[in-house]
Amino acid sequence: MPGINDIVTLLPEVYLVVAACVLLLLDAFLKPSQKDAVHWLSVLVLLVGAYLVVSGQPAGGATAFNGMFVRDGVSEILKTFSLVVTAVIFIYARPYLKDRAIPFGEFYTLSIFASVGIMFLVSAGSLVTVYLGLELLTLSSYALVALNRDSGLSSEAAIKYFVLGALASGMLLYGMSMVYGATHSLDLRTIHAAIVGTEWKTLLLFGLVFMIVGIGFKLGAAPFHMWIPDVYQGSPTAVTVFIGSAQKLAAFGMAYRLLSTGMGDIAGGTTGLAPQWQLMLAVLAVISLAIGNLVALVQTNLKRVLAYSTISHMGYLMLGLVNAGPEGYSASMFYAVSYALTSAAAFGMLIVLSRAGFECEEVDDLKGLNQRSPWFAFMMLLVMFSLAGVPPLFGFYGKLLVLKAAVDAGMLWLAIVGAVFAIIGLYYYLRVVKVMYFDAPNEAVDVRATPDVTSRWVLSINAIALLVLGFTWAPLFAWCQKAFAG
Amino acid sequence: MSNHLLSLLIWLPVVGAIPVLLAGSGRPGLARWISLLVAVATFAASLALLPAYDAATGTLQLTESMSWIPSLGINYSLAVDGISVALIVLTTFTQILVIVGAWEVIQNKPHQYMAAMLILEGLMIGVFCATDALLFYVFFEAMLIPMFIIIGIWGGPRRVYATLKFFIYTFFGSIFMLVGLLYLYHKTGGSFALADMANVHLTLTEQSWLFFAFLIAFAVKVPMVPVHTWLPDAHVEAPTGGSVVLAAVMLKIGGYGFLRFSLPIVPDASHQFSWLIIVLSLIAVCYIGYIALVQQDMKKLVAYSSIAHMGFVTLGIFIGFMLVRESQNPDAARLGMQGAMVQMISHGFISGAMFSCIGVLYDRLHSRQIKDYGGVINVMPIFAPFYVLFAMANSGLPGTSGFVGEFMVILAAFSANPWIALFAAFTLIIGAAYTLWMVKRVLWGDITNPHVKELTDVNGREIFMLSAFAAGVLLFGIWPEPLVHLMDASVARIVEQLAISKV
Repeated sequence: MPGINDIVTLLPEVYLVVAACVLLLLDAFLKPSQKDAVHWLSVLVLLVGAYLVVSGQPAGGATAFNGMFVRDGVSEILKTFSLVVTAVIFIYARPYLKDRAIPFGEFYTLSIFASVGIMFLVSAGSLVTVYLGLELLTLSSYALVALNRDSGLSSEAAIKYFVLGALASGMLLYGMSMVYGATHSLDLRTIHAAIVGTEWKTLLLFGLVFMIVGIGFKLGAAPFHMWIPDVYQGSPTAVTVFIGSAQKLAAFGMAYRLLSTGMGDIAGGTTGLAPQWQLMLAVLAVISLAIGNLVALVQTNLKRVLAYSTISHMGYLMLGLVNAGPEGYSASMFYAVSYALTSAAAFGMLIVLSRAGFECEEVDDLKGLNQRSPWFAFMMLLVMFSLAGVPPLFGFYGKLLVLKAAVDAGMLWLAIVGAVFAIIGLYYYLRVVKVMYFDAPNEAVDVRATPDVTSRWVLSINAIALLVLGFTWAPLFAWCQKAFAG
Repeated sequence: MSNHLLSLLIWLPVVGAIPVLLAGSGRPGLARWISLLVAVATFAASLALLPAYDAATGTLQLTESMSWIPSLGINYSLAVDGISVALIVLTTFTQILVIVGAWEVIQNKPHQYMAAMLILEGLMIGVFCATDALLFYVFFEAMLIPMFIIIGIWGGPRRVYATLKFFIYTFFGSIFMLVGLLYLYHKTGGSFALADMANVHLTLTEQSWLFFAFLIAFAVKVPMVPVHTWLPDAHVEAPTGGSVVLAAVMLKIGGYGFLRFSLPIVPDASHQFSWLIIVLSLIAVCYIGYIALVQQDMKKLVAYSSIAHMGFVTLGIFIGFMLVRESQNPDAARLGMQGAMVQMISHGFISGAMFSCIGVLYDRLHSRQIKDYGGVINVMPIFAPFYVLFAMANSGLPGTSGFVGEFMVILAAFSANPWIALFAAFTLIIGAAYTLWMVKRVLWGDITNPHVKELTDVNGREIFMLSAFAAGVLLFGIWPEPLVHLMDASVARIVEQLAISKV
């Protein structure tokens, strides 16, 4: 029987579900002129949710529902940042949605439900919770991608996302069923304990492979990346930014729970299947780095450039996971957080520069931005150098940490591969800076920053944070380390 | 303030760039004056290093250390020795002249140009001060961003190609160093301090890998043959100020990196591969000298001559291993190293001056082609002597600073192997040939191009700039003693370390 303690542990999630329902009702009854209230309330709801996550964090962590739900340091960080990033995205999204008459309330409610999915996913203590969280997240996302009903591209993206997503879910479920068959348990910790000394190694390995497919799909790691470019390009940018930033935190959480908690890690002497999944992730990482960086070189649509750049960034994120130890996990989580903040700013920039009837999404649209809007050109410069991993920007330190994790794991070759692809990737980020600063403005394209003051301010803070965090990332990293310590 | 002098030097120009940017394009005059003020203040602060630094011991001094990332043992730690002090003063000195040089020349967004230059200055000083490898790397890489912008916005027609090549080349070099540093961090058990890295035990195989990781990073920066091809492009396309900073200071960071990383951390591999560096240096001196001879473009000519002159720096540094470990002649090694350092400083003045001169001509005629000039002395009688002086210094005439360093390196090389000295001494012929031939074609002769007839002579601002360079060139040519004294004890310490094997 669920006790009151279980509910208290789940308080942030319960609160968000209730709040989302209230918002939905409110949206239905408000006059169109009052709909702005829904927007501000949604932002508030998320921020309060983040506050509840941090303030209610039990010392030493807690579990609920017989271990199905875990509330520990890892879930705390991932939830906090995914909620804060989502709140930031809501602020970017408001003028975008208004200009395009995209349904307001649905966007917020679906996004909040997706956030709840993220929260369950990163708190999963059993295979069932993983699956529930994942489905809540992805089903909401399918609807979000299709939100712009009149756009063919958007519908196409939604169908692709749905079909491939359903396939990946099926794979994941199939893998889970094999793991269950071999270990007779859905609980990740029990599975971990059962793996050591089981004679069902082959069956488990099969299960592991299928689960890796599911994780790879969610991360967007090559060769399971096919959906990423089309979905990124086809979705309304306000949705792309959500899929491209906050959801990456969820993907990291899912990978960590399934692989480290479930299938074994190298800490504690009981390795389980860690050597196997380390190798699989290493292969995925290399392929992702290669495909992401090489294909991005020839893209002309900025959303697609960022899509392929995501693939390569997930490659870097996996370099940390490959370490399979606390240092590696904390490096990866730090990377996920830094990537979420950076990509929120990158897509946020596209939103701020777009308006009704004009989507700023080609690389060439940014031509001569320094002449038109030096401030936002500078912000985009910070974002691009952060993505490229050039110090002193935030993105560099994530790369530093994951490369360090790979070196510490004795995989020097993997670090060198990561380094080589960083050079190749550099080119397409520099190209964006190049068009903004070195090219003359394109007279045919009238790029202007949105008049919406809030989103301009928040975007500026978001981008400058990348510079400031480049000097002051110590507390954040210490927080990540603490989550995995002991 | 004296215990935070280095931080002040780094952050004063960086923070000073903010009001320059705020002054905006609407008030370019204000932006110029603020940036000049900041540059002068930084120069003044760097002069305060000279009394504060005790040159007699040659140790790392004015130490500052602050925990940056406690959980990883990364520190914000700064310190300088004689070599760093000399390079810092060179940097701050050059920066003033760059800002003066850009005064009326940069009309497109001058505030952004000045701000980028100031940020660049702070970051370069940071490179010379950092004693934590990660901090060094951060400055080393961050430096690329303002330079990328400077070449890309204010450069010549092929600026985009040149600046992308510059950025990617340098990034390519340094990222392997990063992996090497991470490996060293792993070996030291969690420290990025250069001193700890120097003390860690490494096998020869490990040292060799690390040596090449460092070599790629610094060889690109110096630049050494065969990774020098970015330099002529970057120099030709960069605005005058960009070329000056690039040649006068940024190239020195490569040589400085060898001293701080390769020599103390991987001494045995450096010894083992010193032949490679010596050969590459001699190729730079001779072969690149010949390439300079055939250039039609003045800037390209000086760019190639920079590569040749920087060959002396790497030669002087790495000849030390032969002298110390094989000929047991540490005095000659010290002479060679000292020569390399003097050459770094002197080349800073000379190349900066040469690029400024070419800038003066380019601002008037908008051409860098040698064939477009001829007979310039007839219309620019004040400018011509400066040009001749710097050209003479560039070809290593005794009495100018260009002679001192090269002579010391050649002397040291002679003690190691007369053949090396012979090849190195080729520069005296080739250097004179390409520089003086350029002078002949640009300054002397009859005026053939009607536009040359309309040239106006240098104005007060330009005279100030060129005189300042000339003062440096002559001062250290006639009386190099203060410079040598400043660096001597530090050089001696580095030479002592060469003998200590880590295997």
